[in-house]
Amino acid sequence: MFACRLTEPRPIVRLRDEMDRLFERFFGDYEPYRAWDPFNLRRYPAANVWQDEDDIFIEAELPGLTTDDIELTVLGNELTIKGERAALRPKEGATLHRRERGAGTFSRVVHLPANVNEGKVEAAFNNGVLSVTLAKARAAKSRRIPVRAKGATT
Amino acid sequence: MTGDKPSAWSYRPRVDIVEDTDEFTVLADMPGASVDNIRITFENRTLTIHGTVSARQGHDVEFLTHEYGVGDFDRELPLVEGVNADRISAEFEHGVLTVHLPKSDRAKPRRIPVREA
Repeated sequence: MFACRLTEPRPIVRLRDEMDRLFERFFGDYEPYRAWDPFNLRRYPAANVWQDEDDIFIEAELPGLTTDDIELTVLGNELTIKGERAALRPKEGATLHRRERGAGTFSRVVHLPANVNEGKVEAAFNNGVLSVTLAKARAAKSRRIPVRAKGATT
Repeated sequence: MTGDKPSAWSYRPRVDIVEDTDEFTVLADMPGASVDNIRITFENRTLTIHGTVSARQGHDVEFLTHEYGVGDFDRELPLVEGVNADRISAEFEHGVLTVHLPKSDRAKPRRIPVREA
């Protein structure tokens, strides 16, 4: 509920109130964000995982990072995504009106639905989106098993 | 499901807003957007950011884990007066949009000289 004001507030106060209103209203797809715990998600980054017969695909959004900031490791059926995003450091005398974007170190383990061929992992990072393709280990690929009617000869 | 819009959902990018003596700086996380698909307008003291993001996977993909959606980014940020609209600039790198809104001279703090009476 936005309180009525008798006098026009200072522009900076107005800005902050507008920001607060927008912030409290529908915040979108993200979980509530606390400034003291920037990566407040239980697991950061959020990941999407899917597969086809041959590969497992993982995608994660990591804006503001470079490839040097991201460390990917694969072991067995686990992919670990680690990294650090530098915190915004306003210059001396600058005012931070809003800080919604997280910063700090993160480490996330994604469990894979199958064992992978650790030598055949590809990763790309474009416009802040990390895409990882992991080839399934040969033994992990599902094999179609023919079903014969009982008593049939072939 | 096909439709006219590239994606059905719109997301609000997280922003940081910094003010120093010369400008307001707005940083917005917009992973998956691209330089060609971002539109920024400034009207009536409101900065409007839009990024068009197409779905990156097909409609029939079955996700094993699906923790975020992919779609357009939209955000409106009302700002104070004193922005020199003609000199607003922006850059987009690594999924982060940085918008520079220089203050008009009126809005900059002015040192007032004190003379001996």
